[in-house]
Amino acid sequence: MLLKHTTDEIKERNALSVNPAKTCQPIGAMYAALGIHGCLPHSHGSQGCYAYHRSALTRHYKEPVIAATSAFTEGASVFGGQANLLQSIDNIFTVYNPAVIAVHTTCLSETIGDDLPQIINKARTEGKIPEGKYVIHTNTPSYVGSHVTGFSNMTRAMVDYFSEYNGSKNKIVNLIPGFVEPSDMEEMKRLAAAMGIKTIMFPDTSKVLNGPMTGKYKMFPDGGVTIEELKMTGSSIGTIALGPFASGAAAKALDVKCKVRCEILDLPIGLHATDAFIDQLRCMANVNVPDSINFERGQMLDIIADMHQYFYGKRVGLVGDPDQILALAKFLVSIDMQPVYMVTGTPAGKKFEQDLREITAEVPGEVKIKVPGDMFLFHQWIKNEPVDLLIGNTYVKYIARDEDIPFIRHGFPILDRVGHSYFPTVGYRGGMRLLEKILNALLDRKDRDATDIEFELVM
Amino acid sequence: METSTPVIFEERENQIHRKGESPFNIDCNRDSLAGAISQRACVFCGSRVVLYPIADALHLVHGPIGCAVYTWDIRGALSSGPELHRLSFSTDLQEKDVIFGGEKKLYKALNELIDLHGPKAAFVYSTCIVGIIGDDLEAVCRKVSAEKKIPVIPVQSEGLKGNKREGYNAACKALFRLVGTGETDNISPYSLNILGDFNLAGEIWLIRDYFKRMGVEVVANITGDGRIADIKRAHGAKLNVVQCSGSTMDLANMMEETYGIPHIRVSYFGVEDMAQALYDVANYFGDSQMIEKTKELVKDELKVLYPELKKYKKALEGKKAAIYVGGSFKAFSLVKALRHLGMKVVMVGSQTGTKEDYAELEQITDPGTIIVDDTNPLELSQFIKEKGVDLFIGGVKERPIAYKLGVGFCDHNHERKIGLEGFEGMLNFAKEVYNTVMSPVWRFVPRNTTGDVKNV
Repeated sequence: MLLKHTTDEIKERNALSVNPAKTCQPIGAMYAALGIHGCLPHSHGSQGCYAYHRSALTRHYKEPVIAATSAFTEGASVFGGQANLLQSIDNIFTVYNPAVIAVHTTCLSETIGDDLPQIINKARTEGKIPEGKYVIHTNTPSYVGSHVTGFSNMTRAMVDYFSEYNGSKNKIVNLIPGFVEPSDMEEMKRLAAAMGIKTIMFPDTSKVLNGPMTGKYKMFPDGGVTIEELKMTGSSIGTIALGPFASGAAAKALDVKCKVRCEILDLPIGLHATDAFIDQLRCMANVNVPDSINFERGQMLDIIADMHQYFYGKRVGLVGDPDQILALAKFLVSIDMQPVYMVTGTPAGKKFEQDLREITAEVPGEVKIKVPGDMFLFHQWIKNEPVDLLIGNTYVKYIARDEDIPFIRHGFPILDRVGHSYFPTVGYRGGMRLLEKILNALLDRKDRDATDIEFELVM
Repeated sequence: METSTPVIFEERENQIHRKGESPFNIDCNRDSLAGAISQRACVFCGSRVVLYPIADALHLVHGPIGCAVYTWDIRGALSSGPELHRLSFSTDLQEKDVIFGGEKKLYKALNELIDLHGPKAAFVYSTCIVGIIGDDLEAVCRKVSAEKKIPVIPVQSEGLKGNKREGYNAACKALFRLVGTGETDNISPYSLNILGDFNLAGEIWLIRDYFKRMGVEVVANITGDGRIADIKRAHGAKLNVVQCSGSTMDLANMMEETYGIPHIRVSYFGVEDMAQALYDVANYFGDSQMIEKTKELVKDELKVLYPELKKYKKALEGKKAAIYVGGSFKAFSLVKALRHLGMKVVMVGSQTGTKEDYAELEQITDPGTIIVDDTNPLELSQFIKEKGVDLFIGGVKERPIAYKLGVGFCDHNHERKIGLEGFEGMLNFAKEVYNTVMSPVWRFVPRNTTGDVKNV
């Protein structure tokens, strides 16, 4: 009973978050920035912020995570952080020599009102930014939005700073993957490549945060979108943005800036969402879908058909980020499961809640949705009426344990298991993995709870 | 790192010392260089780790959501009773609060939470933003305290005020407001408070048991498995026993000044230091019976421990270790403990050590040992390679660097899962070090398979 302090009685709370289902913007910006090759993310604030973000990302990926900080002191907070950032830029290029520094703000620097474009300009004029090197920035006040907003803002900054139209369209499709795992990014690229489509993915943390063990410490790992590629995004035939909350802003900005048309889709989690992704790739690049992809789709469908009886009617509680919850809810409904409780800490708005209501319109009984909500409330719902399965980040494990409910880790952060950085949950293969996880969770429970008489060999 | 560019900032040169190569004059306790990838954290972090193990208090973080999330149950500070400290409470400040002030929200949040959970006290942590917008934490806390009849204590832990050290100080000030507010009846003349132990992996229970066997009463755990009522009467104890001196020494000093309670500095890591800690306590009370009991205790424990340790020592003899920890005090014990296992410490550093700490480290280490203040991943990886390290002891951010280089790792920080304190802990430590250093997985490391250790 770890969460023995959770009470059954639900009271309206509006002055606080208990057991949050989100975190703050800067960490999302840092994660996105790590998806640029040779990039050193930089936190313009006090030392704690970036220490926490690095620790959290390190715990999630089990990889070294680098970032720098302006290391604010009280002086900087009174007189502004310009001197700190200028010195940082100077030091960083002298010693670490990254291709680009991606600066994000914090609640502190936002509130004291540092003007980042002005400071970056000053650094350039003073010759602190070497030839061929870049400093980009985005504003990520921690008191607005969530980590998803931070990811979205930094991704958009990549467009704002780099994308340019070079006069003719390349036969390339831009992919904005959303706040997903490096493995997911890899899978999206693999699918596009299987269709013979050239893509530029940004940000791209594959081969950055799921790198191999080599006996060497590489401060800047091999992966990540290059500056060259980022510039080229303005000349692509189109952009597919996966997940409106994490990727929509950048896609729209690119459309406005360079007239690259964009399609904003759900994250390709599950059959229909992956269909939509593949179809969009097909249309945009004007290619045919190869048999190999149809084959994967068929395999996924096969699992669903073979095991549909176990999915039927299972009540599921979901906690996570808006893009993930939306896609997961659709997927679950499509295989006859019932997402009955859904919480995100991200203030995703009324429209999002409405979308979830529509997706779950056919689900019998009351569907509870709270946007933004927290895990304390989520737990209270479960205490009042339990579910058969929980899907969410590692923090859900307290609830899973207390209420003895099967649990699948999905989303950010996962602090206690490996796999997420290597095995995707997007695309048909990712869908198959997700189905396997769901079935394992449900069937392990069935086996555990069965009496000797009910205990079955074949399932 | 494949480039040959220098990885040491000129400005940091004085924060790195190689024993024997120059007169000892390390620079430390200065602000991190802007732009350096320091491994340090902030004031809030310091306060939070010190106070958080108090299990029957409400810990409310007044600020945007991140500060609460990143400190949600990350330290395995165990409680034998309530576990309110393992929940995460935040006022989740929004833009409008930043503009119009967060006091009303804080007041409401405190009221709601105190009504719901009935804590014995509440700590309200200030964050960077609260320092900037100027919420009057003191006033809100005073008001709620009067209304709810429990101590509601502001912790002035605005992150921007510095690094963890200032946070420790803010935490001590907060604790000191509780001390002296409880009854001190029926406290034994042989009594003490345990300061600076956070009951990671249940360690404080082990230490308490030693004291019990010596006939010493522990009044308050500060703060591992801590309780508000105990801390309130902590001034009734006759002695403060301070470990991890960085975090709670300020409190010990305040208690000495105000209540005349003397303190001794101890460490529960390693054989010598653990035994020394118990002897120091016994000698302080000067009770011959207690001194006898202590000798017995140490003898009994060592009788079991030594033969066990021998096995590990044989395998570990001559292996090289690097240490990078938060507070340098811990490093002293680690140097000694590793020596006990036959290992050589070739690098030792900390995030927040003081000049005296480093001078002491210089004394107890071998010539050629690198002593470093406030380092970064590049420096660390260079030191590891240069010295051919077999074991790295550090925290969460250092672990993957060691692993990438194919070096064994031991978490001596928040994420340790087995108790490392006490005599039992020394054995655990030996086992853990042995497991990682001698692990066959390092044979898979490319540089080891080619036998070319230098060329990395």
